[in-house]
Amino acid sequence: MKKSGGEIIWECLKREGVKHIFGYPGGAILPAYDALCKYPEIHHVLVRHEQGAAHMADGYARAGGGVGVAIATSGPGATNLVTGIATAMMDSSPIVCITGQVGSKLIGYDAFQETDITGITLPITKHNYLVTRAEDLAPAMREAFWLAKSGRPGPVLIDVTKDAQQASCEFDWDAAEPGHRNRCLAASSTTPQYGDALELINHAKRPVILAGHGILLSGAMGEVCAFAERAQAPVAMTLLGIGSFPASHPLNLGMMGMHGEAWVNTAIQEADLLLAFGMRFDDRVTGNLRTYAPMAKKIHIEIDPAEINKNVKIDVALIGDLREVLRELLPRVDAGNREAWLSRIQELKGDSAVRDIQNLPDDGHLYAAHVVNDLWRETSGDAVVVTDVGQHQMWEAQYYKHDKPRTLITSGGLGTMGFALPAAIGAKFAQPDAEVWVVAGDGGFQMTMAELATISQEKLEIKVAIINNGFLGMVRQWQEFFYERRYKATPLYSPDFVKLAEAFDLRGVAVRRRAEVVPAIREAREHRGTYVINFCVEQEDSVFPMVPAGADLHAMIRRPSPLVETAQDL
Amino acid sequence: MTLVVQVENKPGVLNRVASLFRRRGFNIESLTVGHTEKPGVSRMTIVLDTDEPGALRIEANLYKLVHVQRVENVTATPSVFRDLAMIKVAATPETRAEIMQLAHVFRARIVDVNSESLVIETTGAEDKIDGLVEILRGYGILEMARTGRVAMTRGPRAEASTNASGQDDSLEDESVSYSV
Repeated sequence: MKKSGGEIIWECLKREGVKHIFGYPGGAILPAYDALCKYPEIHHVLVRHEQGAAHMADGYARAGGGVGVAIATSGPGATNLVTGIATAMMDSSPIVCITGQVGSKLIGYDAFQETDITGITLPITKHNYLVTRAEDLAPAMREAFWLAKSGRPGPVLIDVTKDAQQASCEFDWDAAEPGHRNRCLAASSTTPQYGDALELINHAKRPVILAGHGILLSGAMGEVCAFAERAQAPVAMTLLGIGSFPASHPLNLGMMGMHGEAWVNTAIQEADLLLAFGMRFDDRVTGNLRTYAPMAKKIHIEIDPAEINKNVKIDVALIGDLREVLRELLPRVDAGNREAWLSRIQELKGDSAVRDIQNLPDDGHLYAAHVVNDLWRETSGDAVVVTDVGQHQMWEAQYYKHDKPRTLITSGGLGTMGFALPAAIGAKFAQPDAEVWVVAGDGGFQMTMAELATISQEKLEIKVAIINNGFLGMVRQWQEFFYERRYKATPLYSPDFVKLAEAFDLRGVAVRRRAEVVPAIREAREHRGTYVINFCVEQEDSVFPMVPAGADLHAMIRRPSPLVETAQDL
Repeated sequence: MTLVVQVENKPGVLNRVASLFRRRGFNIESLTVGHTEKPGVSRMTIVLDTDEPGALRIEANLYKLVHVQRVENVTATPSVFRDLAMIKVAATPETRAEIMQLAHVFRARIVDVNSESLVIETTGAEDKIDGLVEILRGYGILEMARTGRVAMTRGPRAEASTNASGQDDSLEDESVSYSV
C-alpha cells in the first residue's frame, strides 16, 4: 500500500506497539504531525520543552521496560533533545528520537532551523540515521527499534527530511525487517570461561555481588536472588541497580560507592571475590582504582565487551546476557556456608546504625532523610520514585527501601538535573496504575518545572516532593568539604512552590516541621490529582558517608557525631 | 598497533570511526580507507599508538558501531605493511643523476622530471621510505605526500589471527553474542 513518509513513521510506531509519544511540533516535522491525524490510537503528549520529551521517553522506557519515543522538529527542537539523549545513553535506556530535518535539497546551505543533528548526536546515540527518501524510512525505523533494545540498550535517533515525510512510496513492513548485523568478536572475549568462574565462586570465602542496572535490563532478578541465596553471597547495589534485589532481603547490603553506607564499602574492600553483575565500575562506585578491593578476584558478567577491563582489571569475564549466563552458572554453584563473612558484615553495620540520622530525636529540625524515610513508610515502599540529581537523590537511595524492580528511576551516569519531573510523566504513562512520586531538589526542579503544564494538560496524577534546602545542595556540600565553605553561586532563590502549583491548577502544601511530614504525605496520596509538597529542610545538611572523588573507597567522611548543627543554630 | 577494519560503505562511516577514536582518547597516527574485493565494503587500516589493553578496548568499541563488520589487530600477525610516498626533490642538472641513482637503489620510480625538480614515487614499509626521505633531505625536499600504512596478513586467510576458535566465517553467525 502506498503511504507518505509521515504516515510511514506512525505506521511503524503503531506496529512497534507504541501507544504514547512525547513531542513538540515545528516546521520541519509538520508533515509527520499532519499524518498523525490518521492515527488516533497513538497518543501524543505535548511537552513544554524538547528536553522534557526525551526524559519522558526515557522514564517511559525505564518504568515500563519498552522503548520510549520522542519527536521534535529540526534545529532547536532537535538540539533541545540532546541532554535527554545523552542521559539515556549513559544509563543504557532504550529510546527512539525522531526529528524533522529541512528539505534534502537545503541540507548544507544553513537553511532556517537547519542543524546537523546526526553529527551532534553521533557520540551520544547507539546509532543514528539521516533519512532523505520515504523508501528508506521503514527500514530505518525498524532497525532503530531493534538497535535501541538489543544488546546493551540505548538511544537511537532518526532525522527525517521534510521532503521524505511528504513523498509517498510503497509501504512494506515485512520487507523492512532489519537484516542481521555482522558481528564477530575476538574469540578470546566471546568464549565464556564458566569453569574458571565457578572455581573462583566455589572457593571464595568473602564474596560480594555487585548488582547493577544490567540485572533490570536483562530481567535477571530471580536468577540473581537464587544465585545470592545459593552462594550465600551478600549483594551490594549500584545506584541504578537499586530494585534489582529486594532491599528487605537479609543478604542485601545496600548501595555502594561514593555515598554508599560504610559497611557496604568496607565489605567490598575486604572481599576476596567480587561478582559484578551488569555494572560498569563507574568512578563513583570504585573510588581510587589502585586501592579498590585489593584482595578480591573479579568476575564480570556483562553484555557489552567494551566494559571488560575498562576501569578494573578483571580475572574472569563472562560476556553475554546476564540472565542466560546466570542460568548457565547456577546449577554448578556450590551451596555456600559463609557464616563468618556474613557475621563480619553484621559487625560492620553496628557502628553505622548508631550514626544514622534516623536515630536522632526530633529536635525541631527537618532533615531530608526523615522526609524520604517517612515517604517510604507511608507508601509501603510500593511507589515508583523518580528522583532528580543531587543530595536528595542520595538520600532517596539510602532511605527509601526498594523491594521491586523499576521502582527507582534516576539519572545515574550523566547526573542530569531536571530529569525527575519529565521522567515521572513518562513513567506514569508506562505504569498508569502505579503511585508515582517525584523526589527533586529545589535546584533541579526549577530546571524543568514548566512540565507541570504538561501534567495539567494531560490530567496526570503525580506526587511531587521538593526537598528544598535553599541551596544547590550537593555542590554546596562539596564547597563545605573541599572549598572551605565558600558558597559561591549555590544559594538559591525559589518561587513559592505551592503558589506555583496553584498557578498550574494543581494543589500543594509547604512543610517545615517533622510532625507535618506524614500528614502532608497522606493528604497528597488521598488527593486525586497532582500534589506538590515543598519540604523546607535543613539548609546545610550533608550526605554521609562520603568518599571524596578519587579517594580510597574505605576512606569515607563519616557523619559527625554528635551532629554538628547548621549555620542557623550557631 | 595496526588495526584492519572492514566497514559498510555508508555515508558518514569515516566520521563515526574517527569520532570514536577521538572521544575515547586514542590518537590516530595514520588512517587509510579504500574499496575492497566486496562491493559496498570499505577497508580501513588504522595505525595508533596504544598498548595491548588499549587495542582490545578500541576493538570492542569499534564493534559497537553498526557499520563496522570486522576488526583485526594485525600488529603481531605476519603481515605485509606498505606505505606509498611521492617526494618532490629539488634537482639541478648537476644533482639530477645522483638523485636518480639513489632512487634506483631504493627501487623508487621517477614519475616527473623538470629542470628544477624531480618527483619520486616509492612504495614500501615505512622504515624504507623513511630511509629514502632521510637521504633526499640533503638535496631539498620541496613537497611530500604519504598515504599512511595499508596492511594485509600473509597467507590465504585474512582473519585467522583474531578468530582462533574457528569463528572466522561467522559473519552471519547469530549465536555470537554481541552488543552494539
